[in-house]
Amino acid sequence: MDIGIPLFPEQASDLARDVDMLFFFLIAVSMFFVFLIGALLIYFIVKFRRRSNADRPDATRSHAGLEIAWTVIPLILTMIMFVWGAVLFFKQSRPPSDAMEILVVGKQWMWKIQHPTGHTEINELHVPLGQPVKLNMTSEDVIHSFYVPAFRVKMDVLPGRYTTAWFTPNRTGRFHLFCAEYCGTEHSKMVGSVNVLTPVEYERWLAGEVGDTPADTPVEAGRRLFTQLGCATCHHPDAGALGPDLAGVFGSEVTLADGRTVVADEDYLRQSILDPRATLVDGYEPIMPTFRGLVNEQQLMQLISYIKSLGDAGETGEGM
Amino acid sequence: MAETETSHPDHLAHHFDSVEQQRESASFGMWLFIAQEIMFFGGLFLGYIVYRIKYPMAFATGSNLLSIEWGAFNTAVLIGSSLTMALAVRAAQTGNNRLIIRWILATMLLGSVFLGVKVVEYKDKYDHQLVAGPMFEFDADYVLEREAVPAVYADDIDVHDPQFGSNVHLFYSFYFVMTGMHALHMIIGIGVMIWLLVKAYRKRFGPDYYSPVEMTGLYWHFVDIVWIFLFPMLYLMGRH
Amino acid sequence: MESGDTKRKHYLNIENTPQSWLLTLDHKRIGILYLVTILLFFFLGGVAAVLFRLELLTPDAHLVEHETYNRLFTMHGVTMIFFFLIPSIPAVLGNFLLPIMIGARDMAFPRINLASWYVFTAGGLFGLAAIVFGGVDTGWTFYTPYSSTYANSNVILAALGIFIAGFASIMTGLNFIVTIHKMRAPGLTWFRLPLFIWGQYATAIIMILGTPVIAITVLLVGIERLFGVGIFDPAIGGDPLLFQHLFWFYSHPAVYIMILPGMGVISEVIACFSRKRIFGYHVVAFSSLAIAILGFFVWGHHMFVSSQSMYAGMIFSILSFLVAIPSAIKVFNWTATLYKGSISLDTPMLYALGFIGLFTIGGLTGLFLATMAINIHVHDTYFVVAHFHYVMVGGMLMAFLGGIHFWWPKMFGRMYPEAWGRFAAIVIFVGFNLTFFPQFILGYLGMPRRYHVYPEEFQVLNVMSTAGASILGAGYLMVFVYLVWSLFKGRRSVSNPWCAAGLEWRVSSPPPQHNFKKAPVVDRDAYDYTDEDVYKSDYDSGGTSDG
Repeated sequence: MDIGIPLFPEQASDLARDVDMLFFFLIAVSMFFVFLIGALLIYFIVKFRRRSNADRPDATRSHAGLEIAWTVIPLILTMIMFVWGAVLFFKQSRPPSDAMEILVVGKQWMWKIQHPTGHTEINELHVPLGQPVKLNMTSEDVIHSFYVPAFRVKMDVLPGRYTTAWFTPNRTGRFHLFCAEYCGTEHSKMVGSVNVLTPVEYERWLAGEVGDTPADTPVEAGRRLFTQLGCATCHHPDAGALGPDLAGVFGSEVTLADGRTVVADEDYLRQSILDPRATLVDGYEPIMPTFRGLVNEQQLMQLISYIKSLGDAGETGEGM
Repeated sequence: MAETETSHPDHLAHHFDSVEQQRESASFGMWLFIAQEIMFFGGLFLGYIVYRIKYPMAFATGSNLLSIEWGAFNTAVLIGSSLTMALAVRAAQTGNNRLIIRWILATMLLGSVFLGVKVVEYKDKYDHQLVAGPMFEFDADYVLEREAVPAVYADDIDVHDPQFGSNVHLFYSFYFVMTGMHALHMIIGIGVMIWLLVKAYRKRFGPDYYSPVEMTGLYWHFVDIVWIFLFPMLYLMGRH
Repeated sequence: MESGDTKRKHYLNIENTPQSWLLTLDHKRIGILYLVTILLFFFLGGVAAVLFRLELLTPDAHLVEHETYNRLFTMHGVTMIFFFLIPSIPAVLGNFLLPIMIGARDMAFPRINLASWYVFTAGGLFGLAAIVFGGVDTGWTFYTPYSSTYANSNVILAALGIFIAGFASIMTGLNFIVTIHKMRAPGLTWFRLPLFIWGQYATAIIMILGTPVIAITVLLVGIERLFGVGIFDPAIGGDPLLFQHLFWFYSHPAVYIMILPGMGVISEVIACFSRKRIFGYHVVAFSSLAIAILGFFVWGHHMFVSSQSMYAGMIFSILSFLVAIPSAIKVFNWTATLYKGSISLDTPMLYALGFIGLFTIGGLTGLFLATMAINIHVHDTYFVVAHFHYVMVGGMLMAFLGGIHFWWPKMFGRMYPEAWGRFAAIVIFVGFNLTFFPQFILGYLGMPRRYHVYPEEFQVLNVMSTAGASILGAGYLMVFVYLVWSLFKGRRSVSNPWCAAGLEWRVSSPPPQHNFKKAPVVDRDAYDYTDEDVYKSDYDSGGTSDG
């Protein structure tokens, strides 16, 4: 049935189906209560209108049983919604470990995207069908929000920290990408599209038959930066190195000089590059200078990608 | 309760039934006002605590650049002014007009001393370009010379790191906003006391009408207590 | 009829010089001053809404540019929320009625009451200045770092306006609480209070504890822009999320400032027009307090996608579900009140019934937003826009109009034309649903809010919404015209035209300057419609002129 008015958004990810199931449950509960209240209102208004001679014995002032019933029943229903919503939310928040990682930088008013292969795109994102995709995102200026309605995925993109979102596309096609957090004058033009291609088409696209030619992969660009910036002079695996060896560091637990133990995730690596002394690793001297201002957000992400790639070289199975 | 307008003294507003009701209302209202003040400063305190935990070293360093001597002196002055204010309330309750005026003047004097010291402290920050805002310029040498970096952090901190200077800037943003808001409250309090003085000269206060003095007292004690929290948070935490 | 006697002195005609209005300490006159002021802001906010709804008729920009569009929706949000809805029922109906309903001669602090109007007006002038000198483009939420660093508009003026107007709110709240505690008439115990008073009391708690937090927050944004003293600036290590936490700590409870007083009005109207005591009076009274208190602990549900921790999100989600329960209880109790009542469908009752329907939808869609998994999809889309308009406009504005009609004869001593009243109420109900229901669908389809241009497939629903907005606007205009007409030509009202219980109906219409010559003694519960006295239309107990 096509009446020319869209009523329901496309489902293009596994998550979308799950979210919609929950949505239909809430719709059902809501409809039940709207019709219940509506029917009762109309019935009472007709039956007990002032001119009617309906039976009106001394009306009850309150009724403990009723009050308890209409407190407890909604409470139970809402708790079902809560648990269901929370379980699904946890799934939405935890990307699978085999996800392909794509870097996203938001700035007024465009999305800059880089693939693991090095392809960069602006306001376009090409992804292969059926492949879990994890987005590592940050902003160069104000707060943005990465939103793909067809995947039911949204996550704010903030300056000064990393956020992630993930999805597994299960339909090919072209879907809207919106900035959902108001970010200034051309907020409504900070839009683009996500193109879900079959794996074959995706390979073709990567090969340059469609789209632009690839630059370095983030890992390669990161490796080059790592050398250019002189990181390797201290961070190497030999004994007597001035800085900790970075192989396998990503995802591992690190003991800091102040006694804290932290997991070396993206945010930790980012902070270590920008503000090394705040996260000094136990056993090392605070000699590393800050790289704030020397590397931009995209280069930071490339460096981190490179460090993450070292995980596999070091201890297999440790890296995520 | 039902009878009204039996006796309606000048200071009893037309819409109250009794002096008692009027006094209770005023005092209840003042406590509610203080509740909202607590929420007002609460927002600032919360922000300060969040950042203090996030940047402990920069905040401790910024804190060490403050003069603990002036701060302690001011704390003593302010506690003294609370005493004189309490004595003024006492004098109002007993109807001793001469004493009301004397104690209020003493409170105003102590309040002004506090503000004067604050000006001296602000001037010192101005001289070292520590005033938050565009003119803030972090001087690493000054920090080293003052030995402001707490010993426990000495190895971990690079005072020449621009980010470190920025975080000290953040400390001074809070320092000026918080002490500035506090000073503004004191200035308002001193303004109210001028009005009290005028009323006292006209001999308006007595055992059955002293609410204005009492309420100003409550306010003044509140402002005092805010400082009792500000002083350790800004000056003392993270001292070496 | 006594009240038909034009010679009778009442609060309106006792003195009519400009200073008798501008320096009045009479809570009733202050209520009227507020009414006039907030209507001005309602008009401004409405004009902005009309303009951007027209713009949204087409997917492309055809009427205004990006900058103008952003200023329009900001102006709409700021004026409607801070300068219309928050003061609407408390400052107009609350100021006018609260002392009379509890048998007092005035608020506890009449000078503070007057000062609150001046402070509000001053704040409003700053808001106006922000608009006149080029507008603000941050949205009413003022998110940093956009508002503090990047926006090139009059953020400082608008922030100052909100800061100043906030103190008016605090003064009103303070006055309400003290007045309710200390000025009740003999015999008027807490559980004999009308539910309107309970609603105002709960609102006042939020005003006192919440408003100062937004005051300091917007002040910090203002200071950051004005003096460059960065608190939220990421460049020096500031955290933009801190702003969101502080902002929503007030602004979520503020949503309850924009509904609790409305619930109070609805309780009064439903009791009167079904001639019954509100079913489960105690439960309804306590549910207002429960909403006010729980409302302080749910702010994080605005931040599920802001990178807040998952576990914090869970806690905010479960608390948000809990705060829905007292609202549901109220709806059930109102519905049960109609059972075996004697129902008449006068204009105020139509608004009250409309309120129940629309608020039920607004409340239920709130559950969608509290459900984290769905919130991720609909956050910052038109679904949210539709939801809060169902609560604030479908709820609070309907209640405000219902209350204005209900107490109009009391306030001005004239009846509004009943037929026009019912007609306008139905027009508004239809227009409202046509405007906002399509927005739920738009939101689930994924149309983000604050979008000036949008993909073509959203157009049909947007056209429906704009059509509805024109009907809604016509409805409001109709109400405005016949109410003003009735001020001069309306039938004169008796003291108690609705045969309603409640102390405000025992004084003449309009009430005398000091309300009661002698404090009334209360010896019965609220809404005692079994009492024959209620049906006598004129039984002023010492309510005639006392000079």
